[in-house]
Amino acid sequence: MMSQTNWKLEPSLESAAQIQLQAQYELFIDGKWQKPLSKNYFNSVNPADESHLAKIAWGNAEDVDLAVLAARRAYDTVWSKLSGAERGKYLFRIARLMQEKAKELAILETLDGGKPIRESRDIDIPLACNHFFYYAGWADKLQEAFAGQQVSALGVAGQITPWNFPLLMLAWKVAPALACGNTVVLKPAETTSLTALKFAEICQEAGLPAGVVNIVTGYGDTGAALVAHPDVDKIAFTGSTAVGKHIQKACIGTSKKLTLELGGKSANIILEDAPIDQAVEGVINSIFFNQGHVCCAGSRLFVQESIAERVLEKLKFRLQSIYVGHPLDKNTDIGAINSKKQLETIERYISLGLAEGAEIYQPDCTLPSKGFYCKPTLFTDVAQSARIAQEEVFGPVLTIQTFRTMEEVVQKANNSPYGLAAGVWTDKGARIFGLSQQLKAGVVWANTYNKFDPASPFGGYKESGFGREGGRHGLSAYLKFSN
Amino acid sequence: MEILKTYKLYIGGQFTRTESGRSYAIVSPSGQHIANACQGSKKDVRNAVQAARKAQSSWAGKSAFNRSQIIYRIAEMLEARKGQFLEELQALGSDLKSATQEVESSIDRCVYYAGWADKFQTLLGSVNPVASSHFNFSVPEAMGVVGVVACQQTALMGLVSQVLPAIIGGNTVVVIANNQLPLCAISFAEVLATSDVPGGVVNILTGEISEMLPTLSSHMDVNALSIAPIEAKLQQMAQEEAIDNLKRVRIFAEPLYTENAQGLPYIADFQEIKTTWHPVEQIAGGAGGY
Amino acid sequence: MLENLSTPELSSLLALSPSIDQIGTQERIARIQARSIKGAAKIQGLRMALSMIDLTTLEGKDTPAKVRQLCFKAQHLHDQAADLPTVAAVCVYPTMVGVAKKALGNSGIKVASVSTAFPSGQAPFEIKKLDTLYALENGADEIDMVVSRGRFLSGDYQFVYDEIAAIKELCRMSRLKVIFETGELDSLDQVRKISDLAIAAGADFIKTSTGKIQPAATFPVVLTMLGAIKDHFDKTGQMIGMKPAGGISSSKLALQHLLLVKEVLGEAWLSNEWYRFGASSLANDLLMQYQKHLTGKYQSASYFSID
Repeated sequence: MMSQTNWKLEPSLESAAQIQLQAQYELFIDGKWQKPLSKNYFNSVNPADESHLAKIAWGNAEDVDLAVLAARRAYDTVWSKLSGAERGKYLFRIARLMQEKAKELAILETLDGGKPIRESRDIDIPLACNHFFYYAGWADKLQEAFAGQQVSALGVAGQITPWNFPLLMLAWKVAPALACGNTVVLKPAETTSLTALKFAEICQEAGLPAGVVNIVTGYGDTGAALVAHPDVDKIAFTGSTAVGKHIQKACIGTSKKLTLELGGKSANIILEDAPIDQAVEGVINSIFFNQGHVCCAGSRLFVQESIAERVLEKLKFRLQSIYVGHPLDKNTDIGAINSKKQLETIERYISLGLAEGAEIYQPDCTLPSKGFYCKPTLFTDVAQSARIAQEEVFGPVLTIQTFRTMEEVVQKANNSPYGLAAGVWTDKGARIFGLSQQLKAGVVWANTYNKFDPASPFGGYKESGFGREGGRHGLSAYLKFSN
Repeated sequence: MEILKTYKLYIGGQFTRTESGRSYAIVSPSGQHIANACQGSKKDVRNAVQAARKAQSSWAGKSAFNRSQIIYRIAEMLEARKGQFLEELQALGSDLKSATQEVESSIDRCVYYAGWADKFQTLLGSVNPVASSHFNFSVPEAMGVVGVVACQQTALMGLVSQVLPAIIGGNTVVVIANNQLPLCAISFAEVLATSDVPGGVVNILTGEISEMLPTLSSHMDVNALSIAPIEAKLQQMAQEEAIDNLKRVRIFAEPLYTENAQGLPYIADFQEIKTTWHPVEQIAGGAGGY
Repeated sequence: MLENLSTPELSSLLALSPSIDQIGTQERIARIQARSIKGAAKIQGLRMALSMIDLTTLEGKDTPAKVRQLCFKAQHLHDQAADLPTVAAVCVYPTMVGVAKKALGNSGIKVASVSTAFPSGQAPFEIKKLDTLYALENGADEIDMVVSRGRFLSGDYQFVYDEIAAIKELCRMSRLKVIFETGELDSLDQVRKISDLAIAAGADFIKTSTGKIQPAATFPVVLTMLGAIKDHFDKTGQMIGMKPAGGISSSKLALQHLLLVKEVLGEAWLSNEWYRFGASSLANDLLMQYQKHLTGKYQSASYFSID
C-alpha cells in the first residue's frame, strides 16, 4: 500500500500572448480616438508584478467638455430619434461582440486589475455580457415597465466606475443608460482603464453611432469635471462613500439625477442550524472573492456561539487550500491587490486590528516577491466597537464576532452606517424570511453570498448609497417620469 | 364667552407645548387674531425624531391590511370632524366652497391611500429570474423616519398628500407644518390621535421652518426628507445637511395639493428595494444537482 | 469492539448530522472543477488514481475465466509502460473470491467481495451474514456490503445500524466498506445522515454506489460523504476511507475527485489505504492519458487491453 502523498498543483498560467496592448491610449470621444487636450498621460501598472502596461490619456475639464458635447450631439441628432427596438439591437450586438472577445477581455481585466483569471473568466466578463443582453431586451419595453407613467430618457449620463469590477461596473451603468435612450460619458477608475478602452473598440465595431458612448480616462479630477459639467443630466457613481458625498454635494442645485453605489461593511450571519460546510464556503466567497475588493463583501462574520469554535476550525482548514498567487494562474483564488495604495490601506487596517487587541490568523502561504499581495486574514476576538469591525477595509480581511441570540445579531448587524448587503445561514426557511425583513440592507443572501445577476436589483440602504442597478428597478435611474 | 383652543405640538401621540415655551399668533387675512400656535424648537425636532424612530419598526411590522384599516379610519374621523376644519379654513381666509373642496379632497386622498397599503408591494416588488438556481425577489421596504416640510400653500390638503404616501409604506414622519396656516395641521393631529394611528407614527411641529429644518435635515437618525416647495436657500441648506448620513431627499417642484399629485410614485419615493436570494434545490435523483 | 448504540443514542447522533445545502455544495464543486491540473501534478495524479482502483466485475455472467483475466490486468495494467503501480484491489461477487485470491497470489493486491445480497440488499439478515461469511472464508480481504435502503428510508435506522455493526463484527481483520446506493436516497441530507450512521456502526470505508443504479458517484454526493468523514476525524481522530463507485470513467473526473479529497480531507487521504475508485473502465482512460503524457501523442483504445 502506498504511503501518504505530497501532491501540489503546478502553476497553470493563462497566456497573455494574444493581448496586444498599445503603448499609449487616447480618449474615446465622438467615436474617435482623440489626444487629450490636457496633453497629459498616466501610467497603468500590472499589480501582479508592478510591470508597466501602457500610457493612458488623462482627460481634463476641456476633454470632458468635448465628450459631453459629443454625447449631447449624439443624443439630439441620433440616439433620441431611434426607436427602442433599434437601440436594443445595438445593445444585443454589443453583447455578442463582448462574448466573442470574452477571453481577451478576461485576460485584460486580470492584467490590469489583478483579479484571478478564474473570476474574470467565469464571473466578471460573462456577467458583463449578460447585462447588455438583459438591458437590450428592455429598450423597447420601457413603457410596459412603468405602467401609468410616461417615461423618457434623461439625456447625457455621466458615469464613474470603480476599479474592483471594471468592465462589469461599466456594463451595470452603460447598458441600462443606453437602453433607456441616454448617451454616455464614462470615466473609468485610473488603475483599471483597459477594458473600458477595449469596450470603446467594441462600440466602434458594433457601429454604434459616434458620441453615444464616450470614454474619458483619468483620475478624480477628471471625474469631478464630469460631475460639475452643466450639460450632464445624470450622474451614476460607484465608489467610496466619501467621494459619493462630494458628488451628492456637487449635484445640489442642479437638475442632475443621481444614483450612488457606495461602501459597505456587510454582516454575514451563521446560525447554529446552518448547513455548516456550505456556510464556511460562503464565508470564503463573501470575503475573499476579488481579494475582498467588493463593496458588498461580507466583512463582518457573526457566528452563533454554540458553533463558533467549529466554524473557525473549519474556516482555518479551508484557508489551507486557498491559493494566493499570480492572477493569471488558473488555480489562483486570491490574486493581486489592485494597487500599492490599496495594499497600504489594508496593511494599515491589519496593524490597527492587532493594535486593537484582536487575534489574527493567516494561513501559511508564500506570496510572490513582486507585485501587491495580501494573505487572507481572519481576526477573532473582535469587539463591535473596534474600528476594524466598523470601517470598510476593502481587502481580504474578515472580522469574526460571536452572538447568542437572533435579537442580538440583528442589532449588531444593523449597527453600522452602511446597509449594502447581508448574509444569513440557517436551515429554517421561516427564520430566513424573518431575518431578511429585519436586516437593513439592500441585498440579503440567504445560504449563499456574493451572487449577482442582471435581473436582480442591487444597491444599498443608508450610507451605502441610493438607487438600484439591475433588474426592472435599475431602469428607473435612467428615466424621467411624468404622470 | 367663547373658549379659545390651545394649539399644541403633536409628538409621540401626545399634545405637548413646545419645550421652548414660545408661541406665535395666527392671524386671519382681515387681521383678526384667531389663535396662538407653538413655535417649535430644535429640541422639539429632536423629541419628535426620537418618537418617530421608536414607533417605526412596530408600525412597519403591522400587516399591510392593518395599516390600510387605520388609514381608512383617518378618513372616517376626518369626515366626522369636517365642521371643525371648515371653520378653521374659513377663519384663515378660505371661502366655504374652496374650504369644503379642500376637506373633501383630503378625505378622498385618505381613502385613496388606504387602498394602496396592501397593493403597492405587488407593483413595486418583483420576482427576478436569475440564471443560477436561486429564488430571487425584491420587495419594497420603508426607509424609516421621514422628515416632511409640508406644503406652504394649503393648510390641510398638501400635508395629507405628503404624509399619507410616506406612512402607508411603513415610514414614520416628523412634519414641519405650514408656518402661516398651522391650525389644520394640529387639528389633523387630533384626527390621528382618535383614529388608531399609533403614537409617534406622525409627529407634527409648528413654527419657523428656518429654525427647525436645519435640525431635521442634519439629524443623523432621519432617513429621508420630503420637501414641498419652499424658499430656495432653505431647500439647498436641507440638501446639504442631508448629505452627512446620505438621506434620500425628495424635493417636490410642485405642491402636492393638486388632484393628480397622488399615486404609486409618491409611495415609491420613500421605499427602499430589498432583494433576497435563496437557493432552489433541484429535486429528483436524476437531476444534475444530486 | 464497538459499543453498540441504543435507539435513543442513535437518534441523538443522527440529530447532529448537519443539513446540506445542495446549491452551495455544487458551488464548492465548481471551484474544484475550475482548477487546472497540469504537468507533473497530472502525471502524479494519474498514477495515484491507478493505484486506488478497485478493479471490478460484478455481473451475472461472471465466470472464473473472466475473473482470472481481470486479476492479470490488475497486476499488469500496461506492461508497455515501465514502473506503473498496480490497482489496489479486485472487486468480485463472493462466489469468485476464491478464484481471485488464487489468481492474485502474493501480488499485494487485495480481494474485495461484495456481500449482503448485493446489489439490492433484499435478503433475510441470516442470509446476508452467510453471504459475508462465505466471502471471508474464501479469503476476502475487504467486504463491500450494501445497506438496507428501504429500511433506512422508512426510518428504521436501528435496523440499518445493527446490520452494519453485525457485519463489521464478522469482518474481524477484513476492512468493511459500506455501500449506500446513493442513487436511491434522494437528497444530500439523507446521504449525510446515512454516512454518520454507517461510520458510527463501524464502517472502515463508506462507498457511494453499487454501480447498478444511476446517479452513482456524483460530486455532490461524494463531497457530502467526505464532509462526514472530515467531521468524524476532527471529532475522534479516526480516519475513515472513501470509495466513490459508478460513473467515474474519465481521467479528468478522477483527478477532480482526488483534488476534492485533497482540499476537503487533506493529503493524508491520498493513498489507497484511504481512498478507492470503484470502476471498471477508468483504468484504461488513466493509462491512455498517462501514455499521452509520456509520448506526447493522443492514444487509441486499440493499444490498451480490454478485459
